[in-house]
Formats: sequence, structure tokens, C-alpha cells
Amino acid sequence: MCRGQVNRLKLNTLNDALLTPMTAESALLLALFIPLASTLFIAANYDRPNWREGATLLASLLLLGTVASLLPEVMAGGRPTVDLFELVPGLTLRLTAEPLGMVFAGVAALLWPLNSLYSIGYMRGNQERHQTRFYVCFAIAITSAIGIAFAGNLLTLFIFYEALTLSTYPLVTHKGTPESMQAGRLYLGILLGTSIGFLLLAIIWTGWMAGTLEFTPGGILAGKVEGPAVAILLALFMFGIGKAALMPFHRWLPAAMVAPTPVSALLHAVAVVKAGVFAVMKVVVYVFGIDFLHETGASQWLMWVAALTILLASCVAMTKDNLKARLAYSTISQLGYVVLGAALATSMGVIGGSMQIAMHAMGKITLFFCAGAIYTATHKTEISQMDGLGRVMPFTYAAFLIGSLSIIGLPPMGGSWSKWYLLAGTADAGQWAMMAVLLISSLLNVAYLLPIAARGFFTPTTQAAGIREAPLACVVPLCLTAFGCVLLFFYADALYTLLAPIAR
Amino acid sequence: MSAPLSFLFRPGRAAWLFATATCWLTLLMAILLLRQVLAEGPISYPMGSWPVPWGIEYRVDILNAYMLVLVAAISAVVMSFAQLIVERRIRLPEHKQPWFYTAYLLCMTGLLGITITGDAFNVFVFLEISSLSSYVLISIGRDRRALTAAYQYLIMGTIGATFILISIGLMYVMTGTLNMADLAARLPAVAHTRTIHAAFAFLTVGVGLKLALFPLHLWLPNAYAYAPSVVTAFLAATATKVAIYVLLRFFFTIFGPQFSFETMPLDLILLPLALIGVFSASLVAIFQDNIKRMLAYSSVAQIGYMILGISFVSVTGLTASISHLFNHALMKGTLFMALGCVSFRIGSTQLERMAGLGQSMPWTMGAFVIGGLSLIGVPLTAGFISKWYLILGALEKGWWPVAVLILLTSLMAVIYIWRVVEVAYFKPAPEGQIVREAPLALLIPTWTLALANLYFGLETSFNAGVARQAAEMLLGVAP
Repeated sequence: MCRGQVNRLKLNTLNDALLTPMTAESALLLALFIPLASTLFIAANYDRPNWREGATLLASLLLLGTVASLLPEVMAGGRPTVDLFELVPGLTLRLTAEPLGMVFAGVAALLWPLNSLYSIGYMRGNQERHQTRFYVCFAIAITSAIGIAFAGNLLTLFIFYEALTLSTYPLVTHKGTPESMQAGRLYLGILLGTSIGFLLLAIIWTGWMAGTLEFTPGGILAGKVEGPAVAILLALFMFGIGKAALMPFHRWLPAAMVAPTPVSALLHAVAVVKAGVFAVMKVVVYVFGIDFLHETGASQWLMWVAALTILLASCVAMTKDNLKARLAYSTISQLGYVVLGAALATSMGVIGGSMQIAMHAMGKITLFFCAGAIYTATHKTEISQMDGLGRVMPFTYAAFLIGSLSIIGLPPMGGSWSKWYLLAGTADAGQWAMMAVLLISSLLNVAYLLPIAARGFFTPTTQAAGIREAPLACVVPLCLTAFGCVLLFFYADALYTLLAPIAR
Repeated sequence: MSAPLSFLFRPGRAAWLFATATCWLTLLMAILLLRQVLAEGPISYPMGSWPVPWGIEYRVDILNAYMLVLVAAISAVVMSFAQLIVERRIRLPEHKQPWFYTAYLLCMTGLLGITITGDAFNVFVFLEISSLSSYVLISIGRDRRALTAAYQYLIMGTIGATFILISIGLMYVMTGTLNMADLAARLPAVAHTRTIHAAFAFLTVGVGLKLALFPLHLWLPNAYAYAPSVVTAFLAATATKVAIYVLLRFFFTIFGPQFSFETMPLDLILLPLALIGVFSASLVAIFQDNIKRMLAYSSVAQIGYMILGISFVSVTGLTASISHLFNHALMKGTLFMALGCVSFRIGSTQLERMAGLGQSMPWTMGAFVIGGLSLIGVPLTAGFISKWYLILGALEKGWWPVAVLILLTSLMAVIYIWRVVEVAYFKPAPEGQIVREAPLALLIPTWTLALANLYFGLETSFNAGVARQAAEMLLGVAP
């Protein structure tokens, strides 16, 4: 598409949206434009909290509608594409909607309204400062996440990936205390360090060898690289995508726990780590191509690193008494599943891993919402202090139980499907050791997640007097996401149909 | 190109208006010239109508047309910025202000002259014009240490100039000509002699001093740190760039790539120097508390990148160097001008004094951040384009460690830029400090350059396209 067309298209975007049935291309642009434009409204209404948060909610719902409107076209096999700029000949900023990106964009767009609603309850309930900055940065982070989801090539992906890192920094250091600044430095240091040091190098190397950076079904590297270079390149990509928290580059995630809980939810469920594993998936499927990886066996080592991450992080999670820290290590472990799915290089593995992106998002956001609700209601952060709270906060704890079950992968929760496909993937690849890892990890999940809910419901306590449920704006979203976990179990086949073409 | 007549105007403001008009007019002419060169090929203009090998020839091809645009553009923008700084910050008395503009215009004339001339001796003459006037410009700073800095620069600069003169003299003795094209034609016949080898060595060291090639960079941090910010912005964005141009011109056009890189192992010398320069200067920059000094060290590192590109001796490498000439001028211009705005308001460029400026001077710091991002080489800014070509050049050669080192030093740039951002945006301002945004007269030129950083990051037909053509011309590859 030539540049003139694009400009005209940009001008007409709003008209199209309002007057005519939207074309998929304009919806794609609109999906980026809505959260970006909302920052202006949010910033302009800094002294009117109701308007400001109203703008956030409205934008998030509009975004959800826009992303949803793209779904039928992508399901039908369409790949709407928009070129924004051409930097150097061959380097174009390009947006493309494809199944994998739809899943991630869908997750981000679906969880943003819920998270915004929850943020209102949490931020007001805890009387946090700098709320305008919070909402503005949040909207920019969502813009970046959408940009990553719809990135048509590695360069576009990289740009939005960095934008996401930078826009979430003020969120992580929101409290402004010395320890949060320290955590912020670690966060920025690891994420920027790995992305510039490894990822950018890998991208340039790829561009040089393959002659293109476009995401192409079947990969662009087959026949262009051989020998150990494939494994080295894969390593640069995998460790370069620090957001996927593959060990040993996982430290930023627990450190970022100092942030307010809605931010943790953003990091763990909506955008950041999901952007990481999404990028991993995207690289494996569209840059290397699963057939190519399967033939060369270059991803063997990655499987073991992922397995190690899964098991080690689960073990560390068991030792943590701080609820958010335990959830953080659980996230690291769960992200390992996605990477494992990619490393298996079988279609079932890829589908399972991609599904895990959505399933884990829904489950983990529920858990974080609950952790935040408990904090808002009781100001408790340690699991050992939370005995008996389930009786006074029944909704929160019920949601926590559902979320836990989904993470563990028990039916009838959505999480069971992704685990199922991953197991099928290990069987397809003949990797029995990996199957054992998955099963052991599920047991470990049971061991560190269920006791929390069990203590809440069954351990008697004296301190529960005077404690009530958190504000409604906190409780409603967490009930909705818990319900979502159940819903995903019944509608997983839609997800499967959407994802099936990429693994072919 | 331009007449340094501004001292005729007595009141400072009139002189400034005149100088600014001159600069913009020059820019316009330079752009027209570039268009003509792109359309019709090199232009030659014999001075005083003497036939070419004997008279002084002005010869404009793609490379120096590109450099002319660069120098003229930066001069014009920085000059627009100068007036308030000269009046309020440097506090020159009214009757002395015209002298500042005179020196500035002289310096610019010198730089343009070096670029445009087709005569080796003429290069030296213009080099001296620009150097002498830049000593004046640096010493004009209110800080007493500016005098020592200027003196240091004077000594080093003079040694450099002498070396260049010796080199040109040796070449003249051997070939009997000073015209560049003529030199290039006659040198191969005597290329094996020790005299020419010596000439080559003198030239490399001499120009190396001028462009602050590591380890000949010692004069630069002081000179940049204590000169007024206008002068720093101007010199950082133009003077060292022109020196690199001289290097390119002599290495590739006069000696020819064959002699420079095969007979003399120049690439083997430049490569390690460039790498060490980039790495050590970036490292030092991280530990500076004076931001101006920090940026000065970063300049040394950036010069290293350009030399690195040259040492690849490939079209991609040279494209990287030549486009980085332009891109670095844009980013450093932006950064130093933003810093000029800061010192205009708070009277200091110390890091700890910048706390809370993100809130009180949002536009200034915004420009600083854009310049910083460009310096780091974030995509969508001009800096990314040259980094991209540079790394591509390294990979083409199969020099892995070099590519890794380039990225590593980009990371170091992240660190030193981030220190400023963190202090300015995330530290509260000290109690009772009231700082207002810089005046529009300063902000508009600063933002012009900041936006240029973004514009040339997206629309690269000038800084990458023309650079590539120039690189192909230098290496004699058919475009």
C-alpha cells in the first residue's frame, strides 16, 4: 500500500468508524489510536477524577469493540495490513492482524476495562498519589501492547516492546520510595539491557541473513542459516525477550512487586509478560518456523531451560510468604509453559502455548485482583496473616479458589485446556521427560496455591472481626474474571479454531 | 560564501538579525546546491577564472554538498538560538556583542570553506580561520576555566594544523600540485615513496587531533564543558563533523581507498582506536556529574562510531559514518541547546540541580529526552538509522564482537541519558525553587532540531539516501 493511501486512510479513520461499517484496516489503526488519544483526555482532566477515569473506561470499552470487530475477518482467514512508514528501504513499520496477535490483543483489550474498573477501586481505596500519571502511563502501555500484538514485522515489534518497557517504568516506581526506585532500576536495567544487547542484535542479524524482517507463515530463516548459528540466534531471541522472564533473566518480575496491585495485574496478566511470551511465540512461529526448528533440533536446549524455569520457579514460590511474591514466581513458572510450548516445535505445543497466554492471563489477573482486594480491605500482605479471611470475604476467596484451579489446570476452568494441549504437544514430540515436568509442576501448583484458599476458609482465627469485603469496584472485576475462567473452559474451541491456522 | 560583516552593525540585536539572516540564506543556497548536484553531477567553479590545476578550484560533489547543508542548517538553527544567551547568560556588553557574531560567522565561513574547496592548501587556510575563531568563541564563556580550555584547544589545534600543513607541503613537493583532483591523479606514481607515507601519517594524526579521535581527544571535554552552550552546540554539531569530512576527502578522494587501506594498514589502526574510544568515552560519560561534560564525552564516543564506519571500508560502513555525521549533529545540537535552556534558567548544568525540571520545564526536558533517545539509537529517531547501518556493516564483515560492542555502548548511552531523566522527572524539586519554562526564543530553535530528529528518523531519503550515494561515490562503486 502506498504512503498516500495510508495517509488518506488515517484521515478517514474516524469518519469510517462513525459513518460506514469499518474496514479491517481502519479498525487496526483505530485500535492503536484509541488508547493513545485517551491519554490526552486523561491528562486534560487531571483535576476531575470522575471525568478522568470515565475517559479511561470509555476508551477501554471502545478498544474492546474495535478489537472485537477485527475478529470475524481474521477468523475468515483475512490478514488486514497497514503500512505506517518506511524507514529505510526494506524497513517498514507495519501492522498486521493475525490469529496469534488477535489472541494477545483480545486479552489486553478484554482485561483493560476490568483492570481500569479495579484500578479505580484500588487507587481510591488506598488514596494513592499521582493518579493522573498512573492512568496516562497505563493507557500508553496498552497502546504499546496493542502495537506489539499487531506488529507486522520484527522492527515494529521491537519499537512497541521498548515503548512498553519505558511506559511501565513510572508505574513500577509509582510509590516513589527508595526501594521502588531500586526495583525500577532493576526492571529497566534487565529489560532494556536484554532487549538492546540481545534482541536488537538478533533482529539485525536476522534482517541481514534473511533479507527481510516480515513475519511470514512458515518462517523466514529456513535455508538461510544452518548449523549452530540457528541455536545461537534462537538464544539471542529468547534471552533478548526479557519480558518472557526466562531464567536467569527473571529477577525483574519479583522486584516489580513493589508496584500497586493494578500495575502488578498489568505486568502479569494484561500486557508485559504476555508481550514477552507472545513475542517468543511470534518469533518461533513466524521467524524460525516450527518445521525448521523441528528439523534442526535447535530448540532442544530451550526446552530444558523452560523446564528448569517451570520447576525452579514453582519451588521458589512455595517458600514465599508474601502473597504477591508467591504469585510472581508462579507467573515465572507459568510463562515457562508458553516457552516450552514454543520450544516443542509441534503444532499442538504451539497451540497449547498460545492458549496458555489467554488462560493464564485470565487466571492470574483474578489472583492479583484478589491479592489487591485483600490488601485494600485488611492491609495484609503475608499469607501467614491471612487465616480465616475467607469467611469474611467470601467473594474474594471464592474467586481466588477459581483462579487457582484455573492456573493449576483443573476442569472446569479454562487453564485445563492449555495444559491439555501442551501435554498433547509433548506426546507428539515424544518428549516424555517434558510431560513429566508438566505433571510435576501441576502438583507443585497445587501445593503452593491451594493452601492459601484453604487457610482462608478453614483455619479459624480471631482477628477477622471488623473486616469486610473490599470496595465494590474491586470485587466486581474479580468476580467477572473468575467467571471468565469458567467461561473459557466452555468456549476454548473458538480459541482453537482461531489458532489452528498458525500451527499448520 | 558569506560576508562576515556583522561587526559593522553597532547595536547587538541588529548584528544578530543580520547574522541570522545570513545563516538562513546560506542554508537556502546550500540546499539549492545539493539539488543541483543530485540532478546534474559535480559542479566546479574556478576562483578568479584561473584554469583549474593552477587556480583555486571550488568543487562540489554529493559529499560536500551534503556537508554544506549540514553545516549551514546547524549554524542557522543555533544562530537563531544565540541572541538571548549572548545577551543574558554570557552578558557581553552591548558594544561587544557584534564581535561574537563576527567570530561565529567567521567560524562558519571557515567550515563551509573547508567543505567546498577543491584545493588542499585551501583546506588548511579555512581550517585555520575556523579554528582561530572557535578559540575566541570558547574563551568567551563566563567561567574562568573557559580560558584554560581554549588555551588547551589552541595548543592541540595548532599542533594538528601544523601536521596537516606539513603533510600538504610534502605532497606538494612530490607532485607539484595542490588541486585535489590533480593530486589524486598524480599520487599513485609516487605512492611508494617514504615521503608520501610520512605525509599520510602526518595528515592522519593532524586531522585526528582536530576531530578528537581517541586518544587525541583530551582538549574536547574541557572545551565543550566551559564554552557557552550556544558555542558548544555549534561546535559539537559542525566542527568535528567537518574534520571527519576532511578525513574522508583525503583518504578516499586524494589517496584513494586502495592506498589508504591496502598499502597503509589504516583500517587496522582506526578500528581499535574507534572501539576503545567509543567504549572508554561512554564509560567516562556515565560518571560525569556535569551534564555538559557528560555530553562532551558522549561526543567523543559518537565520533568513534563514525571512525568505526570508515574503518569498515564498505559502502554500508561509510553510509553509516556519513549519515551519522548528520544524525549526530542533530541529536547533539538538540541536547546542547536543551541544556542551554536549562542553564539559562537555573544557571548550572550540574546533575543534582536538575531535580524536578521535568515538571517545571516540560518542553525543554521533552526536547532533551528526544535528543537522548536519538543518541541511544531508539527506532523512529534519526540515531537509529545510522546505528542500523553501522551494525549491518559490522555483520557484513563478519565482525561479531564489533556488533556486540556497538550495542553494549548503546546500553551505556541508555545509562547516562537515563540518569538525567531520572533526576529531572522522578526526583522532586528542592523546596522553594521556582523555575519557569525557557523563553520561546530558545524553545523554538531547540524544538526545531528535536523534531528534525524524529523527522529524519522516519523520512530517510536525505540522511541515508544521499549518504549512501556519497559513500558509493567515495568508494568508486557505480551507483
